[in-house]
Amino acid sequence: MTMRRVAIVGAGMTKFVRRAQETAKELAWEAAKMALDSCEMTLDDIEAVSMGTAPDSFDGVHMKGEYLSDGAGAWGKPYMRCYVGGGTGVFSVIHGWYHVASGVFDTCLVVCEEKMSCCQPHPQGAFLTIFDHTTERPLWPNLLWIFALEMNAYMSRYGLKKEDIALVSVKNKRNAADHPCALLGDPNITVEDVLNSEVLAWPVQRLDVSPVTDGAVAIVLAADHVARRVTDKPVWIEGVGWSLDTAYWANRDLSYPTYVEEAARMAYKMAGITEPRKQIHIVEPYDPFDYKELHHLEGLLLFDKGKAPEATALGITQRDGDLPVCPSGGLLGVGNPIAAAGLMKVAEIFWQLRGEAGKRQVPGNPKRGLAQAWGDLMQVGTVVILGV
Amino acid sequence: MNNQVAIVGVGVSGFRSITPDLSYKEMMFEAAVKAYEEAGIDPRKDVSSFVTVAEDFNEGTSIFDEYVPDQLGAVLRPVHTISSEGIHGFIAAVLQILTGQFDIVVVEAHSKASNIITKSHVLAYAFDPVFNRPLALHPYFVAGMEMNRYLFETGTTHEQCAKVVVKNKSNALLNPIAAHPAKVGIKDVLASGPVAEPLTRLEVAPHADGAIVMVLASGETARALTDKPIWVRGIGWANDTFWLESRSWGQARYAHLAARMAYRMAGIRYPRKEIDFAEIDDTFAYKELQHMEALGFCQPGEAGMLTEEGATELDGDLPVNPSGGSLGEGHLLDATGLARVLEVVLQLRGEAGKRQLEGVETGLAFGWRGVPTTSGAAAILSS
Repeated sequence: MTMRRVAIVGAGMTKFVRRAQETAKELAWEAAKMALDSCEMTLDDIEAVSMGTAPDSFDGVHMKGEYLSDGAGAWGKPYMRCYVGGGTGVFSVIHGWYHVASGVFDTCLVVCEEKMSCCQPHPQGAFLTIFDHTTERPLWPNLLWIFALEMNAYMSRYGLKKEDIALVSVKNKRNAADHPCALLGDPNITVEDVLNSEVLAWPVQRLDVSPVTDGAVAIVLAADHVARRVTDKPVWIEGVGWSLDTAYWANRDLSYPTYVEEAARMAYKMAGITEPRKQIHIVEPYDPFDYKELHHLEGLLLFDKGKAPEATALGITQRDGDLPVCPSGGLLGVGNPIAAAGLMKVAEIFWQLRGEAGKRQVPGNPKRGLAQAWGDLMQVGTVVILGV
Repeated sequence: MNNQVAIVGVGVSGFRSITPDLSYKEMMFEAAVKAYEEAGIDPRKDVSSFVTVAEDFNEGTSIFDEYVPDQLGAVLRPVHTISSEGIHGFIAAVLQILTGQFDIVVVEAHSKASNIITKSHVLAYAFDPVFNRPLALHPYFVAGMEMNRYLFETGTTHEQCAKVVVKNKSNALLNPIAAHPAKVGIKDVLASGPVAEPLTRLEVAPHADGAIVMVLASGETARALTDKPIWVRGIGWANDTFWLESRSWGQARYAHLAARMAYRMAGIRYPRKEIDFAEIDDTFAYKELQHMEALGFCQPGEAGMLTEEGATELDGDLPVNPSGGSLGEGHLLDATGLARVLEVVLQLRGEAGKRQLEGVETGLAFGWRGVPTTSGAAAILSS
């Protein structure tokens, strides 16, 4: 069946910071305004608004989507909030995509906001409430623990060393040094720095993890005929995919993200991609932890199982490598305001494909890129493929 | 938008005032199995996408999206949550089918309100944390103020609002799934004690537990699956401002905008003539009247009179909330709007039992997210 073509025509993002002075609403508005300004549109041109924001417990606001509505520019407009945990940022683009692809709207503003600093003393406390209230919460689990389990499973399955994985953190934090909005860019960081950082839950150390962050990102979606009028460089949404695995994560093989593969296959089918490694030129996989970038590259079928660390060591995933991965600096470098971080990845692909990524621009005029996010209890994969 | 998307299966668990014997997962499972059975589909093979509706604070679980796939037969399938009203979730399913990329989409919403011990405290977290929450008032003060303004602007009487409660709770007596049916009089309603002046206790929809699952399909698939597809003719939704300080207190602007969009899509110019009956949010009794006016069924100030005259009763000219509405069925948190859609489906299929309306072909469902929001969504369905 023919699909109504949808393009991204504008994007904007606030600085990612540890503790924003702005309220959550103000952050949402700043990003929305920047996105609209970038394509010379105003709220009058926007027909619907899609909101992505992760747990209400960070901001301590019930029905957070409603609270953020006027900040996101939704006053008097159709407005809806989508939610798939950490996968929300990339999913919000899918959500906006089906608003426009349905034929009901010609334009849709997608806004993602996260203000984690409200959560005192630390958002890890709020993460306790994501666990099953009967079987898991009594153990007082913590996100770092379960990701440590997953990292362990991945390392032992393929005989990986911490050094192999730390390379990802080094690459991304160095990349982020060129990003004007980044929180943790560092051009001089080394593998030793990562290996010597404080142990949080073995094998996870402080520099293996992305930081708690405040920030917002917004993009503008438009149908074919509007996109061509608004810009000379529309970036088309070629494929979308998402998949949610069982809530019973303890029964799963943690060494491989099957849900990401399912999401990727759905998106590849829609985009007509048969050989992802050749047909995709640039990737922004979700990297809240350094091993997750490797994990996801394998789930996306871009590298064979267990082979992503080798590719990283060979420099293939560097900005000037054969397949640049996280040229933005990713969550490890730019920061991780949950939903906004996912949308930042889509915005990065948008800027890269238009050749507007400044110092971060990858060489070779990439024509097609993929952004992916992950969330819930190591459970959901969301994928968007963009092309010019 | 004709013959493009249809409802081909519905399933319900509940509604009950408390459900100590079932978890929310079991309730979702029950509703899902019934809906899949009715539609004659296998969720693992036939469904292209699943939508669930939930708010973290109501569930007592952050990222509630995690806990939905198993009991819906949706493991390793496209599933996502909409944190808005039940009808927003329904609309998300409709939009996906309209893209042409999805053939069958399932939408689920539920309420386990009886698990929430401190509902008003949870709701208080929905207020602006800087300007409004420090007032530390019971959240229903917003409804009391709004009702006052509505009565003042339109000349509607408190008795007319009370009549809504009498009608809806009485309709619910004919609805086997309703959790709060009752035979009450206008005097009982007015004397039931203030919640937030002038709003009284019986004018507030009591909560209920329940789960609703619906199966939606694209045109051709719908015809293949059922002899009685219920077609979606129009959808509309909108937000007014979130600020208490700058909103329109007398009129439900969000309902007006949502309806205008839905009517345009359905090609409806005269709602009163072209729509046979409506299921309209009645979280608070005055809201049914205010929403009727905003939805264009009558002029501001007329809904109360129509109610008084009996025009909105089962045998009236424009039946409103034949199911009993939230006042009679119980308020189902985020699933409330989907309960409105459910009744429209049952009526259009001719499966509404003792409360069946005669000769109805087109119905409207409207849902509102409750205080302190200004978020509403509408769906127009035809047999």
